[in-house]
Amino acid sequence: MYRQLRQPGSSNREWAMNTPVNSGGNSGMRGLRGGKQRYSILSLARNALSHHENWQRAWRAPELKPAYDVVIVGAGGHGLATAYYLASRHGIRNIAVIDKGWLGGGNTGRNTTIIRSNYLWDESAAIYEHSMKLWEGLSQELNFNTMFSQRGVLTLAHSEHELREMTRRVEAIRLNGIDSDVLNPAQIKQTVPIIDTDPRLRYPVMGGFIQRRGGTARHDAVAWGYARAADDMGVDIIQNCAVTGFLIQDGVVKGVETEKGTVRAGKVACVVAGHAGVVADMAGFRLPITSRPLQALVSEPIKPILDVVIMSNAVHMYVSQSDKGEIVLGAGADAYNGYTQRGSLTVPEGMLAAAVELFPVFSRLQMLRSWGGIVDTCPDASPVISKTPVSNLYFNCGWGTGGFKATPGSGHVFADLIARDAPNKIAAPFTLDRFSGGYLIDEHGAAGVAH
Amino acid sequence: MSGQNHRLANSGSIDRSAPLKFQFDGQQYEGYKGDTLASALLANGVHLVGRSFKYHRPRGIMSAGSEEPNALIQLGDGNRTDPNLRATRIELRDGLVAASQNRWPCLKFDVGSVNNLLHRFFPAGFYYKTFMWPASWWLKYEHWIRRAAGLGKAPQGRDPDRYEKTHRHCDVLIVGGGPAGLAAALAAGRTGARVILVDEGTLLGGSLWSDLDCTIDGAPGLDWVRATVAELQAMPEVTLLIRTTATGYYDHNYLTLLERITDHLGTAPDHLPRQRLWKIRAKRVVLAAGAIERPLVFANNDRPGIMLASAARTYMNRFAVTPGRRVLVLTNNDDAYRTALAMHAQGVRIAGLVDLRAQPKGPLVAAAAAAGIAVHPGQAVVATRGALRVSSVEIMKLTADGAGVTGSARKIECDAVAMSGGWTPTVHMFSQSGGKLRWSEDVSAFVPDLSVQAETSVGSCNGAVSLVKCLKQGLKAGIEAARATGYKGRVTAAPNVGEPPQSDRRDLWVVPGKKPLGHAGKHFVDFQNDVTAADVHLAAREGYQSIEHLKRYTTMGMGTDQGKTSNINALAIMGEVLGANVPGADVSRVGHTTFRPPYTPATIGAYAGRNIGAFFDPVRTTAMDFWHREAGAKFEHVGQWMRAWYYPKPGESLRQAVDREVKAARDGVGILDATTLGKIDIQGPDAAEFLNRVYTNVWLKLAPGRARYGLMLKEDGMVMDDGVTARLSENRFHMTTTTGGAAGVLDWLEEWRQTEWPDLKVYITSVTEQWAVASICGPDCRTLLAELCPDIDLANDAFPFMSVREGTVAGIAARVFRISFTGELSFEINVPRRHGLALWQAMMEAGEKYDICPYGTEAMHVLRAEKGFIIVGQETDGTVTPSDLCMDWIVSKTKVDFVGKRALARRDIVSADRKRLVGLLTEDPNEVLPEGAQIVEAVQPEPPMAMIGHVTSSYYSPSCGRSIAMALVKGGPTRIGETLSIPLAGKTIRAVVTEPRFFDLDGERANG
Repeated sequence: MYRQLRQPGSSNREWAMNTPVNSGGNSGMRGLRGGKQRYSILSLARNALSHHENWQRAWRAPELKPAYDVVIVGAGGHGLATAYYLASRHGIRNIAVIDKGWLGGGNTGRNTTIIRSNYLWDESAAIYEHSMKLWEGLSQELNFNTMFSQRGVLTLAHSEHELREMTRRVEAIRLNGIDSDVLNPAQIKQTVPIIDTDPRLRYPVMGGFIQRRGGTARHDAVAWGYARAADDMGVDIIQNCAVTGFLIQDGVVKGVETEKGTVRAGKVACVVAGHAGVVADMAGFRLPITSRPLQALVSEPIKPILDVVIMSNAVHMYVSQSDKGEIVLGAGADAYNGYTQRGSLTVPEGMLAAAVELFPVFSRLQMLRSWGGIVDTCPDASPVISKTPVSNLYFNCGWGTGGFKATPGSGHVFADLIARDAPNKIAAPFTLDRFSGGYLIDEHGAAGVAH
Repeated sequence: MSGQNHRLANSGSIDRSAPLKFQFDGQQYEGYKGDTLASALLANGVHLVGRSFKYHRPRGIMSAGSEEPNALIQLGDGNRTDPNLRATRIELRDGLVAASQNRWPCLKFDVGSVNNLLHRFFPAGFYYKTFMWPASWWLKYEHWIRRAAGLGKAPQGRDPDRYEKTHRHCDVLIVGGGPAGLAAALAAGRTGARVILVDEGTLLGGSLWSDLDCTIDGAPGLDWVRATVAELQAMPEVTLLIRTTATGYYDHNYLTLLERITDHLGTAPDHLPRQRLWKIRAKRVVLAAGAIERPLVFANNDRPGIMLASAARTYMNRFAVTPGRRVLVLTNNDDAYRTALAMHAQGVRIAGLVDLRAQPKGPLVAAAAAAGIAVHPGQAVVATRGALRVSSVEIMKLTADGAGVTGSARKIECDAVAMSGGWTPTVHMFSQSGGKLRWSEDVSAFVPDLSVQAETSVGSCNGAVSLVKCLKQGLKAGIEAARATGYKGRVTAAPNVGEPPQSDRRDLWVVPGKKPLGHAGKHFVDFQNDVTAADVHLAAREGYQSIEHLKRYTTMGMGTDQGKTSNINALAIMGEVLGANVPGADVSRVGHTTFRPPYTPATIGAYAGRNIGAFFDPVRTTAMDFWHREAGAKFEHVGQWMRAWYYPKPGESLRQAVDREVKAARDGVGILDATTLGKIDIQGPDAAEFLNRVYTNVWLKLAPGRARYGLMLKEDGMVMDDGVTARLSENRFHMTTTTGGAAGVLDWLEEWRQTEWPDLKVYITSVTEQWAVASICGPDCRTLLAELCPDIDLANDAFPFMSVREGTVAGIAARVFRISFTGELSFEINVPRRHGLALWQAMMEAGEKYDICPYGTEAMHVLRAEKGFIIVGQETDGTVTPSDLCMDWIVSKTKVDFVGKRALARRDIVSADRKRLVGLLTEDPNEVLPEGAQIVEAVQPEPPMAMIGHVTSSYYSPSCGRSIAMALVKGGPTRIGETLSIPLAGKTIRAVVTEPRFFDLDGERANG
């Protein structure tokens, strides 16, 4: 049975037939195509015999070539996914992904890894559900275990107002054909025994809804899996090479300037999250984006006590327990703009008070590490996947506090936009001109903690 | 006593007159006051205290400090149990109960150690390569992975302890109470500066408690410590904090300190919190955080009994405990000789001193030879044996380049190994402050380079290796810090120091074994997470070469010790791989991971502090709250407030109570506590102009004494808040906002005033807390008010709708607004908050003859919905314009500008397709739609189906005798008369679209 698994594409083809996620794609193009050694329990066993000395590099460290068909700026999850889908779905393989640091080192490697698609608005539901369907076969497609764990995401309601908003969201999710179950406080207590459901609580747990297909994934593995699979198809990943400017002639982008020299490119795609505004400025236009620090923290590892992801807007935090045993906590962004990947003390203080309020047993656990990332947020808390005022230059940004879950879907539709120079149905609502036109997809109201 | 078979007869700073009993894994032991759990266990000959994270290998105590990677303990039981505490930091107390973790069924026989037998299949990152087939099984695999992972166990119930926070300012904050920190405190304290010195341990003096071979001014180093501490204690402006860890270094010299107040007491007095989080704003910071010894990376270097040489010395000299009876010392430097000599002096047999250096020389080496210690220069330990404790090692001769071994192996019996691989400066706080590090060849580690905050590093955290340098740097930094904060003082001369001189180190980042790396035995780098040198090579081979990739791929440095003993070894090994096996090369190029708060794991409860329970976002209550409770009201959350929701009579349901309250308000007189509405006082010559810019309608010509309803938009044209604002006088307005939006509106107004219109002369003050408000409505309310309010003419002509008067109500000075949110004749009576209850009681008393009826927020919602009045946050959600609410009348066409005006002209804002407010009447008049339900044109048998809007408000209306609802629907008023469907799970409700108004359509009732 393991032999069958190792045959190129065998398991992937089966997956491809079952999935509706197929826009712009040739299903035969999925997975590792370039002859890289495959990962499996058998290859692990075989390599154990040779003391693991014969593993290949997961990705090369290539020299930057003078020209590419497509240059992607930013080797985070979204950028690498974009490269992977350009190569696997559109046959465009002469690609460089250029990053000023190490791949996956921005928000991809700093977020709390929550994945869900239970959004209020149709436009949001479409792209996050598209992403969810890609997640559901991602480890197999990339032949890299991303540890996508559909352990359920439970969103709590703590007031009459939140119950009303919950009904609205749950009904919208249901009519969009996305899974969602409403739970009462007793069912919530049964699902999460450590949660305090005392009705006398300041913000008592009055109800909630769970998306059982939601969950978490290992964030680094997502970046690494896409990097390895893209590299396998010939994509050059250039780390530690900052882009310093754009070559633009007559309103058409012709390439980028980098620390390692000029690179010409037919098309340039920027996926730089917190620095989107800075990079757009290099290209001569402005984005309706603010960049702010978003903090997260983990406790020391303990034996399992929390099996689902919990989100609460009223007390303002979200929490899960990692496979390693750490309690992973996040909250809202710091209130000021900035680019340093560290935040103020007040945010973790509030986050931990909220956590202890809902989960009294957290009180004696110990915070192990806290950190920050820079989140790029649009006025409507929805992303930008768009052409720009410069021809052949594309931007994917504005994912704010919740971009990780969108990684596969974002890369998939962005690749489609780049390849066809036109947005598909899923990407179309997220164009830049919605801010001048007014067709906003405002997720603030429904998301609260917009995660 | 007899159990403490590794306790030395004399020496040490433990209190032998205070023996303590304690329990570890169910076994009774004895120690002394002054012991740590680690030193007491070692005194009893116990090295095996835990199992490693991944391979479940037996592990012993490796260090004597907070860097401990192995000895993680579950302390206590019940709701006070604490997982993952370091045995090296737990102060022994009588009756202490401790247990090992991550083993089953017991520490000596752990089933999980099967992982160790299968270790070849579990290299770094193995889980990324497998568990992918079949896809649906990942949750099953993961279930077992999760159970195997984790360390200790969380308590099962609520934490019985309390945590406090305190805030301080100081001139000089000194982190670390070793020789350098004490010297800095002394120099700064003598100037009179306000100094806080913080140390994580229980004793000030740091390394001087272990290094008894040092003298200061000719006397033992500890004499200097005692004298210095005594002098500091006598200084009124100096605060000495022990058992306190500097956990975080934030911007603008803001630091957090976590003080452990009762953990060492066992049973603590009730008045003391368990821990206290200090938040310090310091003018200057002196970092004297010391250094941490590095383990050597040799084959199977993790057996219980193998510990750091400096830790062995600490156990000998401070705790009078020997780690073994035949101790082998393995070193690449002179410092471990001090451990060997200290042990030898106490009669502990040194099984051998294996020195990686080919030709060690210097006074310490000579002293070892003179003492008869067998020194093996140029040799390496190539193997260790012993299942649950080291029993022997094999040594071989190193090749000249140190890359291999030659000759034959020689076995040496031993029961403990003391190893030293050099020292790593503790640069965590410096790095947290934002400071830049540089690689120092002197210490083969990173040291502080460029400071970005008002901070100085001194002593061994700054790369100083001798005591005299530590003292000199401390004294200099202390006086300079004090002078920088405005104090004067002379430089204190450094004392004369006697200490053994030390010569060079030989950095062999991987001590070679008999076979190639990874083929025999494990060379551990990160002990807690079981990361080996071979794993680092594997990561490099696979391309995970950035230090962050190395960390994340192998989990190196991600344990509870955050790599305090492992980071430098790991990145040096990576540097060697990348630099083609040139020892020491390219480490600086590899870089380092980011140091993040907290320095050591910090109790979550301490960061939550008192802001939990009743103090978690404290409830705001009105002055009349007491009355509502007495009246048996049910409450609902509205923003931070608890508002009376409805007042059920015995046996009444919500619906029955609300029907009754609505009817009373329409037919007689109803009274509502309206205190919670936001109230903002706006004054200044430009106050009217300011309002004209923040509201959509016109304000300049509003006459004093009159009020107007306003809508406020965000820049994007979306409704953000609403309320009635009254002009009290030419230059003064009283604005009301929604209850939940009050703080946000105040922020919003201030932002515009301060950043966009600084030229306007206008002042904005929140007065929400100043007023209590009772709103009365209904046909009888004027008569009632007239009884209590002799000095305001309440007639329609004298006091018209939408105006304000000042007078007295029930003898209380009041502002009375004639405004209405119910559509009835209505007055809102504002009195100073302290009189709110009196006002309410007076109204209730006087109203008795009119059958006055208190009504809650639910009846209020029904009353306003019958009239079609919106609630911001219910009919709006940040995506709704005034036009969407069919309130175009409130948007001025003539004003030059107002916030949001430009946005309203955009293409998609004027589109006919937008969702707009309508009424809905269900076909069945008794069917009340659920609020939030989605509306479709055509019901499909299964989702998905296209939604065209949702129900925003829905009630049973007693005034209409049927259900009513408001909704935002695509096309809005163009659909009036259409029948739409609301598909719910299990049934579909049909409703007809109407105008969003249901009662008193000509608005006559407001005049009474």
